[in-house]
Amino acid sequence: MNEQIRREFQVLGKPTPKKDAPLKAAGRAEFADDINMPGMLHGKLLRSPHPHARIVSIDTSRAAALPGVRAVITGKDFPGVRYGNLPRTRDYLPLAIDTVRYIGEEVAAVAAIDEDTAEEALDLLQVEYELLPAVFEPEEAMKPGAPQLHAPAPGNISAHTESQFGDVAAAFAEADYVREDVFETHAVKQGMLEPHACVGVWDSFGKATLWSCKMSPYTVWRQLAMGLDIKPSDIRVVQTYVGGGFSGGKQEAMPMDFCALMLSKKTGRPVKFVHTMEEVLTIGHMRHPMKIWLRTGTTKDGRILAQHCKLLANGGAYSSIGGFSIFLAGAMLNLPYRVPNMKFESDRVYTNNGFCGALRGHTVVQMCFARDSQLERIAEDLGIDPLEIRRRNALHDGDVTPNGFRINTFAFDECITRVAEMSGWYSKRGKLPKYRGIGFGCGAHLSGARLMGHSASAAEIRMLEDGTVHLTTGSTDVGQGVETVMSMIAAEVLGVEVDDVNYLKVDSAATPLDPGTFGSRVTLFTGNAVKQAAEEVCRQLAEIAGERMGVDQQDLVFRKREIINRKDERQRVSLKEIVRWAMFQQGRVITGRGTYGASEEKIDFQTGQGNLSPAYNPTACAVEVEVDPETGFVDVVGLWGADDSGTPLNPMAVRGQVIGAAVMSIGHALYENLIRVDGKVMNPSFRDYKMPQATDLPKLADFQHANVITWEPEGPFGAKEAGQGAGTGVIAALANAIYDATGVRLTRLPMTPESILFGLKGVQQQKGNRGP
Amino acid sequence: MIDLIPVSLRVNGVRYDIDIRPWRTLLEVLRESLGMTGTKRSCGEGQCGTCTVLIDGKAVNSCLYLAVEAQGKEIATIEGPPAGDPALQQIQRSFVSKGAVQCGFCTPGMVVATKALLADNPAPSEDEIREALVGHLCRCTGYVQIVEAIQDAARGMQDAASQMAPKGSD
Repeated sequence: MNEQIRREFQVLGKPTPKKDAPLKAAGRAEFADDINMPGMLHGKLLRSPHPHARIVSIDTSRAAALPGVRAVITGKDFPGVRYGNLPRTRDYLPLAIDTVRYIGEEVAAVAAIDEDTAEEALDLLQVEYELLPAVFEPEEAMKPGAPQLHAPAPGNISAHTESQFGDVAAAFAEADYVREDVFETHAVKQGMLEPHACVGVWDSFGKATLWSCKMSPYTVWRQLAMGLDIKPSDIRVVQTYVGGGFSGGKQEAMPMDFCALMLSKKTGRPVKFVHTMEEVLTIGHMRHPMKIWLRTGTTKDGRILAQHCKLLANGGAYSSIGGFSIFLAGAMLNLPYRVPNMKFESDRVYTNNGFCGALRGHTVVQMCFARDSQLERIAEDLGIDPLEIRRRNALHDGDVTPNGFRINTFAFDECITRVAEMSGWYSKRGKLPKYRGIGFGCGAHLSGARLMGHSASAAEIRMLEDGTVHLTTGSTDVGQGVETVMSMIAAEVLGVEVDDVNYLKVDSAATPLDPGTFGSRVTLFTGNAVKQAAEEVCRQLAEIAGERMGVDQQDLVFRKREIINRKDERQRVSLKEIVRWAMFQQGRVITGRGTYGASEEKIDFQTGQGNLSPAYNPTACAVEVEVDPETGFVDVVGLWGADDSGTPLNPMAVRGQVIGAAVMSIGHALYENLIRVDGKVMNPSFRDYKMPQATDLPKLADFQHANVITWEPEGPFGAKEAGQGAGTGVIAALANAIYDATGVRLTRLPMTPESILFGLKGVQQQKGNRGP
Repeated sequence: MIDLIPVSLRVNGVRYDIDIRPWRTLLEVLRESLGMTGTKRSCGEGQCGTCTVLIDGKAVNSCLYLAVEAQGKEIATIEGPPAGDPALQQIQRSFVSKGAVQCGFCTPGMVVATKALLADNPAPSEDEIREALVGHLCRCTGYVQIVEAIQDAARGMQDAASQMAPKGSD
């Protein structure tokens, strides 16, 4: 692709085990639930059993009198300030005050000497509710006369977004072929194994400290300040190891976080909360169920002329970041295909269900399912090879999309080719035995989004006298490998070993401010900041070393813990020696700071115009399935994916990310489903909420992934995102594979055995009708 | 409140005499009474495998096992014996070097379950490994690197055993 790809790295580009893996494998990594403090109390939350009700009164006296109970709080113990992400969407309260809006909403909290006592105290809390009419489906919630959830949101419209580029009406009029389809997606959960947990201490100096497994500790920090109505400087959020995130509650301050602090304030003791898995699966933060109406017009040869999409999202009871969720869905209609004329209209609607927000892939996953399923039907109708129709519409390096995405690198075509080769596509498609099929699916993702408010990242490096490196950023490792890749970037620049870099977990009292880990932003945004910080350290050290060595500092290179004169490699000095000399003789603190801003780019969230991310990555995959015609059961027998993640800085971590993302999408496509009846979650347990097991996946030989290497100029050392894009094409690929195997076209998720059997009956009837 | 009862547990070869309430699970007692937090608490109903320990060499979900029932048995946890356990160490090295650890929350349970698997079946096939992992959820890796790590650990342990063989053969 260019010269730089062949660049020799010292540290980067080699598969590198996670730095914290030995600690984790030994069971010595301290997660939030592993924290134990002297005198610590245990908290529990009382949750609403009703989907919509007014709280008439709460009698806490019997609970408070139970031996072992130390404090009971309700919503009235908080200042009544709503918190959230954007001024317009602040609708959360630490505990409900007068109204509950979904089953599971937090109403009161108890701190007791142990969990059993706290649990028992919950049973003694007496809440008098006045039931209100509830509404669960967005279409119903939008009707006149429907129960209203939030006064400032008439018609229960939580967020609305629309955008239009080009002349959609003219393009449809010109199209040779037009089709419309409706797709429905469902509620799924993050499914991280570590339940939310926190420990709060409100000390006698009035400072509140929260230890918790947060992906975005600074978001939590701000939201805590908002909901507690105290200064952010009086709050400290300390990140523990995070046992899986995938967005959701670990992105935001949750009721448990507020209650741990408030109960600590009341009792003078540390207070710990740990959700049960039932709570995790009942409360909000899940993928938005959507109805997606998609109309596409093409030329005879399958070139997309126009797309018109209407999207209705069931937002649940609160906003979370739902406004951005639907904006993103519309924006991502622009990738990975060229759509010259486009119209997008979307509403996110409040209903009396657990609220929805981000989950790995956010809303890109639903859009890709709809679009790539439809594209396959278009290809079939027009008699075009499914891969060829994708190639004809593929975006390329240097393209600018109608909404203003400026694409630097985008090896989409090569991803399609690699998947076709790996999967044996042309020897399989249409040639597999009955009930066996192969399908293709594509997608794309951002490497972080430029958002309103806080988008930029920062990093700070301090050299220690033993020549090691103290690196802090505001980005969290949630298992994806941030601590390793950031250390690798610093080590690459400074010419030291990965293990010489000590990457600290986020502590709002000590680490740079950062929006956190989400949107596949960290490697690119924070990575650039780390690179710049390390370069600044090199500049300072080269200045000192140059003086000491009598060498022009421009000629100095950093390699193997030494500073070397490239013109005469015999002239070299150890990094440690220079650091020590600077410290001991000059009193200098060698620190480097780096930043990566979102540049001056402005995204117009009203019109949808703007270059939302610094970099974009395409992905393609093929999935092979075998369907049991008796049971409708789908066996995923092969999965081959290719991604343009730029230049993978740690190929071991990239592989872990893309395979993990793909497997999560298999679960979401086929069986994961948070079943809700009148707002009640019917399967809040891993027994009934089924996630992929080791036996549900293709064998190693048929589960392959390839990186198509590009050098992304915006990325640190050419890198782009890896953690989410790879999951975006998988669901459509499965739908297309099931169609190839059975003739059943499924447009509603999850694609259960029942829906396949039902579809098979339809296919057989059609054949029967056509018969002689 | 029900009185505490005395129990005696052998964990990783060390005897602990403690007083507990009789309904406490082995998971709770390990984590809360003995401070061994390497064994993780997640689903609480034997579905996820994060709380796996070995009892007399068999992998069990400690969230579903009463501590009182574990008396008189050998309990082995991820913390391992004070002097170290070569099998555990080999499995841990393989998990690290093969990229089988991401968030690490399932890892202790996976490692302990692997020890039980390889003790029974030193050279498991890929299918046997996958079967052994049923009941152990991992949301990060998609299991691929975990299966590869277990294959690597099996090879490593066999290599170690074959190096030992000449000494032990007579």
